[in-house]
Amino acid sequence: MKMTGAQVLMECLLEQDVDVVFGYPGGTILNVYDELYNYSDRIQHILTAHEQGASHAADGYARSTGKVGVCMATSGPGSTNLTTGIATAYMDSSPTVFIVCNVNGDLIGKDSFQEVDITGISMPITKCNYLVRDVNQLADVLRAAFTIAKSGRPGPVLVDILKNVTAETTDYVPMAKAEHPKHGRLNALMGRASDNFKAPEPDVNDVDKLVEMILASQKPMLICGGGVVRGRAHKEFREFAQRIDAPVAITVMGGGGFVGGSELTTGMIGMHGSQASNMAVDGCDLLIAVGCRFSDRVALDPKTFAKQADIVQIDIDRSEINKNVKVDHHIIGDAKRVLEMLNERIRPQEHKAWKNYVFSFPTEAQYEFSGNTLNPAQITGAIQRILPGDTIVATDVGQHQIWAIQHLHYSYPGQLITSGGFGTMGFGLGAALGAKLGNPDKAVIHITGDGCFRMNCNELATESFYDIPVITIIFNNGTLGMVRQWQTVLYDHHYCQTTLDRGPDFVKLAESYGIKAKRVTTQEGLEDALAEAYREGKGYVIDCVIDIDEMVRPMVASGCEITDFIVK
Amino acid sequence: MTELKKERHTLAVLVDNAAGVLSQVSRLFSRKGYNIESLAVGATDNPAVSRITVEVIADEEQISLLCNQLNKQFPVHSVKRLSPSHSIRRELVLIKVKAEDSVSRNEVMQIASIFRSAIIDVSAQSLTVAVIGEEEKVFAIQDLLAPHGILELVRTGIVALERGSFTIDEATKQKLEYDYAKASLW
Repeated sequence: MKMTGAQVLMECLLEQDVDVVFGYPGGTILNVYDELYNYSDRIQHILTAHEQGASHAADGYARSTGKVGVCMATSGPGSTNLTTGIATAYMDSSPTVFIVCNVNGDLIGKDSFQEVDITGISMPITKCNYLVRDVNQLADVLRAAFTIAKSGRPGPVLVDILKNVTAETTDYVPMAKAEHPKHGRLNALMGRASDNFKAPEPDVNDVDKLVEMILASQKPMLICGGGVVRGRAHKEFREFAQRIDAPVAITVMGGGGFVGGSELTTGMIGMHGSQASNMAVDGCDLLIAVGCRFSDRVALDPKTFAKQADIVQIDIDRSEINKNVKVDHHIIGDAKRVLEMLNERIRPQEHKAWKNYVFSFPTEAQYEFSGNTLNPAQITGAIQRILPGDTIVATDVGQHQIWAIQHLHYSYPGQLITSGGFGTMGFGLGAALGAKLGNPDKAVIHITGDGCFRMNCNELATESFYDIPVITIIFNNGTLGMVRQWQTVLYDHHYCQTTLDRGPDFVKLAESYGIKAKRVTTQEGLEDALAEAYREGKGYVIDCVIDIDEMVRPMVASGCEITDFIVK
Repeated sequence: MTELKKERHTLAVLVDNAAGVLSQVSRLFSRKGYNIESLAVGATDNPAVSRITVEVIADEEQISLLCNQLNKQFPVHSVKRLSPSHSIRRELVLIKVKAEDSVSRNEVMQIASIFRSAIIDVSAQSLTVAVIGEEEKVFAIQDLLAPHGILELVRTGIVALERGSFTIDEATKQKLEYDYAKASLW
C-alpha cells in the first residue's frame, strides 16, 4: 500500500513490536513526528529534556529488557547530542537503534541549517549505520537495523533519513519479523555466511579441548563478563560454575550474570576488585572468561595478568580474542550455547582446598562507621534492607558506581545498568527512566554522585511529567570523589578542580521539578526516606551526605599488577 | 616478552561496492593507530563487490588483530593476508620527466626500455613513462630518472593476488568463526 516514508517508519517500528520511543523533535524530523501523532495510540513517545537523556533512556530500556531500545532526534545538534549515548551503548554492546533525520537531499553538503554528517561522525561508535536517500529502501534498511542491533554481539545502529524521504511515498509491503532475514540486505548478509542459515554452533573440538583443560585443572577460576548478561546465559553460567566448583569473579558489565554474594562469588575484579578476586586470578591455573574482553580496568597489566594460568576466552566476537590479553584457547559462540555444551560434557568437580585459599581473602571491603555522616556501606545496606531484592539499579560513574557494584548483589541480567566501558557521567537518570518504562513491575533506583547528578538532572522534568517512579539516591560527598581519590593517592593531595563546594541544593532542585526530596545524614533517616519513597510509588530524590575523603577500596593503580593494592 | 618484528603486510579485502565503505575501512586503520602505506581499490568482476589491497607496517599479533577488526565490519566480505612469497604484487607508476632536448629524451627512453616500461605521452619539454612492478623496480627507475628532473609522479598503490588457484574466499578456521558472527543474525 502507498505510504509516506514517515508512515513506513511507524509501520516498521510496529513490525518490531516497539511500544516506546525516546526522543526530541526538531525541524528535519517533523514529518516523522507528524505521523507519530496518528500512531500515538500504539507507540508511546517519551519527550526528554535533552537528546542525551533520550539516548541513555533507550539504552537503559534495552539493557533491562533485552529488547531493542529506540531513540529519535533531529539533524545537526539533535544528532550530535546523541553521540555520547551512542558511544555508551557501543562500548557496552547495548542493542539500540537511533533514528535521526537529515536535511533535504538538495541541501546535503551545503552546510545547510542544522546539517551534520552524522553517519560519518557515528561510524566508529556504531555497529553499522545507514543514510537513507531513497524512500523505497527505507523499510529494508530499518529491518536490517533492528536485526543487526540485537543479533550476535549487540550494539547501536544509526539510521539517518533525509527529510524529503520521510515525505515521499512508496509501496509499503508489510512483512512479519521472521521473514526479514530472507529479504533485501539482510538476505545478502546472511548469504555471505558459509553456514547457510543453519543455526550456528560453537566448534565441538574447541569445546572438548576446554573440557580436558578443566579436568586437568586443580585451581580453576571463572570470570563472568558482560556477554553472560547480554546473552542472558545466567542459568547456564550458574550451572557451569557449580559443576566445575570454581570461584567466580564478576566484572562491572557482568553484574547480574552470576548471583552476587553466593558461596562461589569472589566479588568484583580488577582495579577495584576484591582481594579474593584479584588474588584468585593471580593464583589460578586455569582462567575461563565468558563474554569478557579483559579491558584495562579488569586486566590492568596484560603481561602479568593471570600469569600462572592457561587463559581461555569464550566470546561471540572473534575480534576480541587476543585483543587485550593473549589467551591460550578460545571458543567462539553465544555464551548460552557454549555453556550448555560444556555443561553436557562435564561431570561435577570439587576444588575444596583451592576455594578455601581464595575465600581466605575478603570478598568485600569493610568500612569504618564515622559519627556525622553516612558511609557507603550503610547506604547500600539500607537499600538492601528496605527495597525488594529484584530492584533494578541504574548508576552513574565514579565512586558511587563502584560501591553500588561491590556491595549490592545482583541476581539476574538487566538488574544492574551501568556505563562500564565508556564511563559516561550523567548516564544513570536517563537509563533509570528507560529501565522503569521497560519494567513497570519492578522498583528502579538511580544511584548517583553529586558530580554526575548535576550533569543530567534535567531529566527530573521527564520523570515528573510522565510520573515515572524512579528513586534517585545521591552519594553526596561534595567532590568528584573518584578523581579526588586519584588525586589523594597518586597526585600528592592536589585537589585541583574537583571540589564541588557550590550549589545546587538538590532537595530544592528536585522540588522545583515537582519531585519529593530529602537530605539525610543518618542511617535511620535514610531508611525512613527509602521506605517512604517506595511506599508512595513516586519519583523521589534522597541526598545522602557522606564524607569527602571516603575511598573506594581496594584499589590497584592502572597498569599495575593485579595484586598490587595501593589501597586495601 | 620479546618485541615482535614489524614488517610490511599486504591485505586483500573484499567489500560491498557502496558509498562510505572505503572510508569505514580506512578509518579503522587510523583508529587502531596504523598508517596505511599503500591503498588500491576497484570493482571486481562482480560490480557489487570491490576489492581493496592495503599495506601496513605491523607485527604478527597486530596484523591478525587488524584482520579480525576488518572482518567485523558489516560491509566486509572477506579478508586475507597475502604472504610476499606466495603472491604477486604489482603497482603502476606514471612518471613525467623533463626532456627538453634529444639527448635527454633518448636517455629517458633508454632507461624506460631497460625497465620494459612504456612511454605513454610525449611533449616538447617532457616524456611520461608508465612503469609496472614492485617497489624495488619503481625506486630503481625513479633514481635513474631523477637527474633529468621528475616533474610529477603518481602511483596506483600495490595490487596483489595470491599465486596458484587459491582465492580470497578459501575457508579457514578464522573465516568460519567470523561466518558464525554473521550467521548469528537469526
